[in-house]
Amino acid sequence: MKLYEYMGKELFNRYGLTIPRGKMVTSPEEAAAVAAEIGAPVVIKSQVLSGKRGKGGGIKFADTPEEAREAAAQVLGMTVQGLKVEMILVEEKLAIDHEFYVAITVDGAAKAPVLIASAQGGMDIEEVPDEFIVKEHLDVCLGIQPYLCREVCRRLGVSGAVAKEFSRLLPILYRIFREKDAELVEINPLVLSGEKLIAADAKVTIDDEALYRQKDLPVVDDRTEAERQAHALGLSYVQLDGNIAVMANGAGITMGTLDIIQHYGGAPANFLDAGGGTGMEATAKALEILLSTNPRVIFINIFGGITRCDDVARALVKVKQEKGINVPVVIRLVGTNEEEGVRLLREHGIEAYKVMHEAAAKAVELARAQN
Amino acid sequence: MAIIVGEKTSVLVQGITGNQGTFHTKQMLAYGTRIVAGVSPGKGGQTVEGVPVYDTVAAAMENHQIDASVLFIPAPFAKDAAFEAIAAGIRVVVIITEHIPVHDEMEIIAFARRRGTIIIGPNTFGIVSSGRCKIGIPPNQFFVPGHIGVVARSGTLTYEIVANLTASGLGQSTVVGLGGDRVVGLSFVDVLEKFERDPETRAVVLVGEIGGNAEEEAALFIKKMTKPVVAYIAGKSAPPGKRMGHAGAIIERGKGTFEGKVKALTAAGARVATLPFEVPELIKEALG
Repeated sequence: MKLYEYMGKELFNRYGLTIPRGKMVTSPEEAAAVAAEIGAPVVIKSQVLSGKRGKGGGIKFADTPEEAREAAAQVLGMTVQGLKVEMILVEEKLAIDHEFYVAITVDGAAKAPVLIASAQGGMDIEEVPDEFIVKEHLDVCLGIQPYLCREVCRRLGVSGAVAKEFSRLLPILYRIFREKDAELVEINPLVLSGEKLIAADAKVTIDDEALYRQKDLPVVDDRTEAERQAHALGLSYVQLDGNIAVMANGAGITMGTLDIIQHYGGAPANFLDAGGGTGMEATAKALEILLSTNPRVIFINIFGGITRCDDVARALVKVKQEKGINVPVVIRLVGTNEEEGVRLLREHGIEAYKVMHEAAAKAVELARAQN
Repeated sequence: MAIIVGEKTSVLVQGITGNQGTFHTKQMLAYGTRIVAGVSPGKGGQTVEGVPVYDTVAAAMENHQIDASVLFIPAPFAKDAAFEAIAAGIRVVVIITEHIPVHDEMEIIAFARRRGTIIIGPNTFGIVSSGRCKIGIPPNQFFVPGHIGVVARSGTLTYEIVANLTASGLGQSTVVGLGGDRVVGLSFVDVLEKFERDPETRAVVLVGEIGGNAEEEAALFIKKMTKPVVAYIAGKSAPPGKRMGHAGAIIERGKGTFEGKVKALTAAGARVATLPFEVPELIKEALG
């Protein structure tokens, strides 16, 4: 779950990091009022879950409350990186002496957290040459110790009061990362203003699997309706833009199913991993979700391990009888209780395939035939 | 010979009295796995499928020699159960559980490193030494003894490929599921090294997917291997920025793409199958 910038900053603030004075608002009038309260030049920042907002025109500056109103009116309602702007953050324009980059994230290869810092902040970290990036893997049993802060400061080339600020900031950032189950906490730029380090931006991503124990965080839900319904059933669903609805069991084989459809020239409408051991009822509901997206063809690819073929067959028959299915269904069914599943389907006029790629080719052919 | 586990491996099942634990204990026993004990706090003294149940791992260890443990424990409690197994000194810990928070996974692996424990998973189907020992959840019938080593990130896709291998007369030495999460105990390289040294294994199938850089790292090692490697990578059609079911299967900031992985593997001398059913042909071609 990605947090909006203003939410990330509120979190930073609660942990004692310095953030710019400002407020999230949703109208030009409120923007003018916040600018008047700040009493100095402000920056208007679109609140969308995407980077590169500046390049999309989603960040504007204003010297007066009236200018802030105009800038806010422009930004509100515009589209940044394909996302509609409905909230803006109005905050003081900082006097910038230097811009740093600092982040803590999960390094899957190292199987540990990694601290990334650079004295060349303000731009995409991917564009900063390696020799200007400080990277330190962290041991979850140790966290960030003072010695590591001193070493990071040395390599960033900072000393004195700034180094002291850094050594205060890094352990706090690590605490946020750990206590909030974050996958990423990133400050870019981390602005040096006088002797103060101020988080001018905040990118925070929380591990979805840990949300059950992070009840005090705000909820950001940018999923589609179908994605939300599937998730409620404990299934993972991703909407895509093709016309062949897909259901398979297992993340890998579902990806493989999408690939094979594309290989034969078809376009998958979604990724739906019906998981291992999903029962008849949930499978039937999952099928209904697929139907609700109005596909041209439904393709079901089941290699039954924990998943039982007869459960899947029953689910398909149930939906066919109760809701009616007005699009062609291609089903490949092998594995646990295969004979029973195939027999059930045959009784209801559905012939199951045994081989994955033959079934996929048929699904693509049927989708094409409707052009 | 097989890698990591074999016919003599004595197995403990943590969470043995739960639905999944009981069901898979029965399946594993049917496959021939030597399950010697189970653990379920508060259920000590019971038996499941004839297997004695203890309250703690330490209690089970007092009564049995245990080489490996398999966890059927709900995600919120999996870290504690893994710690318990590692602390007790069990050599191999297989974590079937999915949806474990990544911070818990990092803690489990940090502790395992200190104790020299091998962690398989989390979010894995487990490990099968064909015909000898199955620790995990794959359907029994597809895994037959032979000389192909299989290492994979995902479950059902692996069953599909293993079934294809078996149907083509290619049995397996060991099949290892690394797990679909971003942070897992074993990497492809860890397992490839073992297959390279295993006299029983003649060729290796690597089943990867988009996201992370595990396949790219594997490519660096494959370059040095004497045994042929055939790879299949899932997720060619996946759009960037979308998590395809597995926590680890996501293209982020241009990294972890299908093209990058195929390029690295091909350059390293691996044969890359476009579709899963091509894997057996490529293996036969590689073995000459």
